[in-house]
Order: sequence, then C-alpha cells, then structure tokens
Amino acid sequence: MANAIVEIQDLSFGYKGRLLHKGINMTFPKGKVVAIMGGSGSGKTTLLRLIGGQLKPTKGRVNVCGEVVHEQDREGIYRLRRKMGMLFQHGALFTDLSVYENVAFPMREHTNLPESMIRDLVLMKLNAVGLRGAHALMPTELSGGMARRVALARAIALDPSIIMYDEPFAGLDPISMAVICDLIRSLNDALGATSIIVTHDVEETFQFADYVYFVADGVVAAEGTPDELRQSELPFVHQFVHGEKDGPVPFHYAAPEYHASLLRGAR
Amino acid sequence: MVLHKIKRLLTKLGAGCVNKIWRLGAGGRLFWLTLLSSGESFRRFRLTIREVYFTGVLSLIIILVSAFFVGMVLALQGYHTLQKYGSSEAIGVLVALALVRELGPVVTALLFAGRAGTAITAEIGLMKATEQLSAMEMMAVSPIARVIAPRFWAGVIAMPVLATLFSMVGILGGYLVAVPLIGVDEGAFWSQMQANVDWEYDILNGVLKSVVFGVACTMIALFEGYDAPPTAEGVSRATTRTVVTSSLAVLGLDFILTSFMIAM
Repeated sequence: MANAIVEIQDLSFGYKGRLLHKGINMTFPKGKVVAIMGGSGSGKTTLLRLIGGQLKPTKGRVNVCGEVVHEQDREGIYRLRRKMGMLFQHGALFTDLSVYENVAFPMREHTNLPESMIRDLVLMKLNAVGLRGAHALMPTELSGGMARRVALARAIALDPSIIMYDEPFAGLDPISMAVICDLIRSLNDALGATSIIVTHDVEETFQFADYVYFVADGVVAAEGTPDELRQSELPFVHQFVHGEKDGPVPFHYAAPEYHASLLRGAR
Repeated sequence: MVLHKIKRLLTKLGAGCVNKIWRLGAGGRLFWLTLLSSGESFRRFRLTIREVYFTGVLSLIIILVSAFFVGMVLALQGYHTLQKYGSSEAIGVLVALALVRELGPVVTALLFAGRAGTAITAEIGLMKATEQLSAMEMMAVSPIARVIAPRFWAGVIAMPVLATLFSMVGILGGYLVAVPLIGVDEGAFWSQMQANVDWEYDILNGVLKSVVFGVACTMIALFEGYDAPPTAEGVSRATTRTVVTSSLAVLGLDFILTSFMIAM
C-alpha cells in the first residue's frame, strides 16, 4: 500500500518452541486508526512489541516508515522509536515523577527546549487530555482512567507519527472508556498520526476504528471495516463480535471426558 | 528406579550450575553495559546526586547507630582482654584498627546491602513489573543509562563515605566507653591511636575495601532487580537474593582483599 506507515509482511514469531504468529500480513495506512483484536493470549501485545523493535521476528519483516525494524542497530531502533508513542496497558507512569514531569520526560530526554517552552507544551498536552489541573499530582493519586490519560499525554509529547495503544480500555469505567475512545480518535486526527490499537473491547473499538484485524491461532482470521465485520458470517468473528460463550473458541479447556473423569476419580 | 533418581538429581544439579553460570554472565554483561552508559550519569550528575540521597543519606541513621554500638562493644571487649596483659592503654589503637581496617567497611557493606540494596532491587523490580522500564525503552531512552548507571555510581560514592563515618562514630563510641566510663587515660587513648594507625596501610586500604564493596553490593542489587521476574513473588525472591548474595560477596571479597593487603 502506497501510504502505509507500518507494514507487517509474512511475520512469524515464537518462543520456547511455541509459534505464536504464523505468517501474519498487516498494513497500517497513514492517518488511520487500525485495531488488532483477538482473544487473550493470541499475541496482540507481542505484535506491538515487534513493531516497536523490542522483539525480533523469527521470520518475515516489520517495516516502519520504510525501514525494516529488526535490521536496525540500537541507534536505528531508537531513531524509529522517536517517531512512535506507546500507551501501555496500565499507563506505566514513572511513579517517582509527578504528572507534569512524566509528560515532560520525553521532551527533556530528546530535546534541548528551554524550560518555559517545555512548560507550555506539557500544559498543552495535559489540556488535550483534560488533566491540566492535575499536573502537580503524583501517579499514585490518580484513578485508573486519569493515569491512562496522563500516559496518553506522555505518549504524544513529541507529536509521534505512530501511536500504539495496548489494551487502552482495560479496567476502565464507562465514562473513562468513552473519554479514551474520544481521545484516541481526536488526537489521531489532530496530529495526523496513525493509531494501532490492541484490544478485545468490540463495541468501543468499532465506534471509532477505520479498519480491524482479527488474530486467532497465529494468523489473521478476518479483517475489514467495523461494518463489514459486524455482518461477517465467519464463525470466529461472529462469536467474538457477539460475545457468544461457545463456538470455535470453546468454553472448556481441553480435558478428558467429564463423566469418565468423575466416575474414575481422575482429574 | 535408583538410576532414574540419580539421573534426575544430576539433571537438576546440572541445570542449577548452568543457571548460576548464566546469571554470572548476565550480571557481568549488565556491569559492562553500565560502565559504557556511565557518561550519562556524569553529564547529568543531578540524577546521581538524587540517588546518593536515597542510598546514602537515608542509610545514615542505621549506619551511625550501629557504628556507635559496635565501637562501644569493641572497647568493652578490648579492655577486658588487654587489661589481662597490662596494656589497657592500647585500647584506642585496637578500636581504631579494628574499625578502620575491617569492621567499618564490612559492617557498613552488610548494613548497606540490607537497607539500600534491598530498596534498589525492589524499586527496579517493580519498575520492571509495572512496565516503566519498557515504557522508557519505547521512548528511546536507555533504562541502563537513565536508571541503572546513576544508582550504580551513587552506591559506589556512598559506600566509602558511609564506611568512613562508621569508623569515626565507632571510635567515638569506643572513646566514650574507654575513657569516661572505664577510666582509661585520655591522652594514651588518642596518642597511641595517632602513633599506630597508618594513613596508607590502614585508612586508605579500608577506603579501598569499601569502594570494592560498594561496586559489588550495588551491582548485585541492580542486577537482581533488573533480572527479577515481573511478579510479586519474583521481586520478593530477588530482594532476598540481594541480601544473601551481597553478604557472601562482601565476606568473600574481604578475605581476598585482606590477603593481598597483608602480602603487599
């Protein structure tokens, strides 16, 4: 795709003898919000780590801004990461720094901006997530939703081209969830960035995502726009989108026959 | 059956040995990377100063109180033995040499491992468990340069200062027991100490020991935290290992260093 900012080509990744991904292909076009969905343990977060260069693929390649991530040396990977922002599942705020200092951290590390400009930029980023008034608080004084928003302000501190979100809705109340949904879309459009969201929250994601990939059994099981996937008749997608208890993903973990186990006293 | 058990025992023993060697290598690698990344700690020295406060200044109370009691006990025990040979005036030298050469560096290092070492391991381990180190990596900031190296140099700076303070306060404790309490002559106490404690052989060697202990204790604490599995149990085990490994390392290194110092 011509305007793809991130491309995953024929990617396989495994560890401890287990192959987690088996020839995955994905494209993330510039300016779009793309979601990667799938059950727990399907390797969604691992895909983000592969894009960020924290892991190396067993086979295939990940291109970011036209460069192959795992072929870069440390300097090259750090150069690419300066174009990325990442929101971790629980925020990963630095607990020894205040909200203000957390957001200022990437600016202090990567720029020589004067303190007055850093102050203005930090307050602007915090204002964008609605937490300018919380700049003096410590991370321990924030609720889960607030911590996630501060982490988002920190992730966009250097106006990245790619913003990655790892389970941004996990453990949030409905109001915080709506706020985060709105912020993901509005910040993506305001910055002209590309957002990659790893999640299993169907309803929220389908409201604002442009394109969705479903990952199951190490491959892309389905892909399309939210509307296309809502109409999908593929059994896995149907079960996932409608939250059905049983289906291609069974309710029971593999076990011996129930009656026999009870009668024989076996487990 | 017996053969099977022996095989399992040998396999377990082999795996344990391989794991220990692997950890030694990983620790050495982290030490080397820390040295390579140390430029950052010196360029932004306030990061190191901040850690000196956490590892050094906050350890002062336990170090100084312990030193005071150690000095007092040394004076009591020393007087009890020396008076049998009619040389109770040498109590000042005994207290000073014992503290400056051995007890100062060794006890300070053991207390440092228990107070500051465990705090370092728990902090780094929790930073790892809460993905703070990963977040730093994703922001293109090296955790070794930003987190590990400043703590390492803070430990290396703090340890000799703490050991020196330990010896000074220990001598003061010894003085209070020997002179006002027991009644040893004050002039003899200080003058014998002045005449028999050598600047280079005793004091500098003691400082050198504490620098080596500083490197060992801080690096062990940092490695255990950095290598800890990111779980509550993992951090807890790593913290325990910090105390055990640091204590054994300090005692082992003390023997080696003392052997070299006496031989020279």
